[in-house]
Amino acid sequence: MTIFAVICAGMFPIFHMGRVWDAPFIFPIPNTRGPLWVNFNSPLLWDVFAISTYFSVSLLFWYSGLMPDFGTIRDRSKGKIRKYLYNLASFGWQGSAKQWQRFEALSLVLAGLSTPLVLSVHTIVSFDFATSVIPGWHTTIFPPYFVAGAIFSGFAMVETLMIITRKLFKLEDYITINHIESMNKIIVLTGSIVGIAYLTELFIAWYSGALYEQFAFYNRILGKYLWAYALMMSCNVLSPQLYWFKRFRRSIPVTFVLSIFVNIGMWFERFVIIVTSLADDYLVSSWAYFSPTWVDWGIYLGSISVFLFLFLLFARFFPTIAIAEVKAIFRTSSEVAKAERAKAEGATHGGFVLKGALDKE
Amino acid sequence: MDSVAPNKFVVGLWDHEEVYLHAIEHLRHKGVKIYDSLTPFPVHGLDEALGMKETRLHTAGFFFGATGTTLALSFMTWVMTTNYPIDFGGKPNWPVPSFIPITFELTVLFAAWGMTLTYLVRNKLWPGRVPRIYDKRTTDDRFALVFDAESLTDAEINSIKDACKKEGAVDVKDKVFTEAEGL
Repeated sequence: MTIFAVICAGMFPIFHMGRVWDAPFIFPIPNTRGPLWVNFNSPLLWDVFAISTYFSVSLLFWYSGLMPDFGTIRDRSKGKIRKYLYNLASFGWQGSAKQWQRFEALSLVLAGLSTPLVLSVHTIVSFDFATSVIPGWHTTIFPPYFVAGAIFSGFAMVETLMIITRKLFKLEDYITINHIESMNKIIVLTGSIVGIAYLTELFIAWYSGALYEQFAFYNRILGKYLWAYALMMSCNVLSPQLYWFKRFRRSIPVTFVLSIFVNIGMWFERFVIIVTSLADDYLVSSWAYFSPTWVDWGIYLGSISVFLFLFLLFARFFPTIAIAEVKAIFRTSSEVAKAERAKAEGATHGGFVLKGALDKE
Repeated sequence: MDSVAPNKFVVGLWDHEEVYLHAIEHLRHKGVKIYDSLTPFPVHGLDEALGMKETRLHTAGFFFGATGTTLALSFMTWVMTTNYPIDFGGKPNWPVPSFIPITFELTVLFAAWGMTLTYLVRNKLWPGRVPRIYDKRTTDDRFALVFDAESLTDAEINSIKDACKKEGAVDVKDKVFTEAEGL
């Protein structure tokens, strides 16, 4: 999902350049325009590096983990073409002891590298705003606020897609209610961090005494975009508070609806930040009300379509559950194994550990 | 593996990783040479049981990362101070703090790509490679031990087969590869 989302995210700056064919010049490549280099002081350039690193490292992590599973599919598939294609995708995976040893070393390091990358990419994206001179953007709280927001909306988006996939592919034994509950705990935590960030922003705007900053926030809350701000606040800060109750955390319908609320809320967070600060800027004569053109709608809907297209292709042809990883813990952690062990020990625990008993749906 | 790979093998298959690990220990104790070991997932303790050395992939990763750090810092320094120094409102031409994000990103980028490419080369993985599949079930739920049968006498082969069965192998078979064999 990260991969597909980053493909979409990477396309937007390119479209916004206007001159798409000049896109390669965002990288420091040798050129014939004199010794003309990019500006290494600019957060926009940092973002180029952050997004491309994030994309390519995620791609490596994702694909290196898929190779053994492609090997498994290759050996199960019937047709000659299928076999050939899955072998191509598996890079000729065998599963020898040395391959697995290196595999584990690689995935450990890539996982370790990806974690700080998540922090860095969102921090650097927020620098694009934070280092500008636009009231409402020029705030030091942006990096942690964007990181929390990214985890928050990322988890919500995963939940939306996961709940549908889990139902359609009958993955209830692999993605259990316990997983969903844990995700909901992260959502209530990060949602509350985002909420605190919203309030801190307001407080600092008032406390700073900076006139333009104060106006930007007054205008954001009570101006012509009041509806967007209210939608953002209720979806992002209020709705996840339901997850303080165990009953809601463990309910699939509630999780599904709330995950969509969070998606909407986080979309409006970006809308509120970008539009309210730009619609009413320093020059009163250029104040305006933003309404999207058909081009805006086209790019927006097109990006969602690209994402869904790639996601559905993935779900159709690639393994949605990491096969090798699940096999590795099957004998110790699966409900089937636990039930067998309980049976062998002569204890039934009132049937509690029997298959599916932990998942009340 | 040897440069000229043998074509005749004995393959023993197990269905439980713990039995498999014990079998490896006992067979190695008896002095049986194991040619290869194939499992459907990374089995913990397999490296030690087979007496494998720890992989040096981490070390390679460190050096790739260090290359990225050095390259990022030296390139930005060269551009900003020597090749293309611009006066940004009197600000310094060697602003180290603003080099931090790119230096970090390039370190990670080089470490990740370097390690993955090393991993692919060392593991002999590339698109289009046709692997030797000793048994299809090794990517499903069987744990295999492969013995090189070319260098052994028939008596030795039979004793290995018996030992495998005694150690709980669910299946022991011969596997011969011919040149023309594909997937």
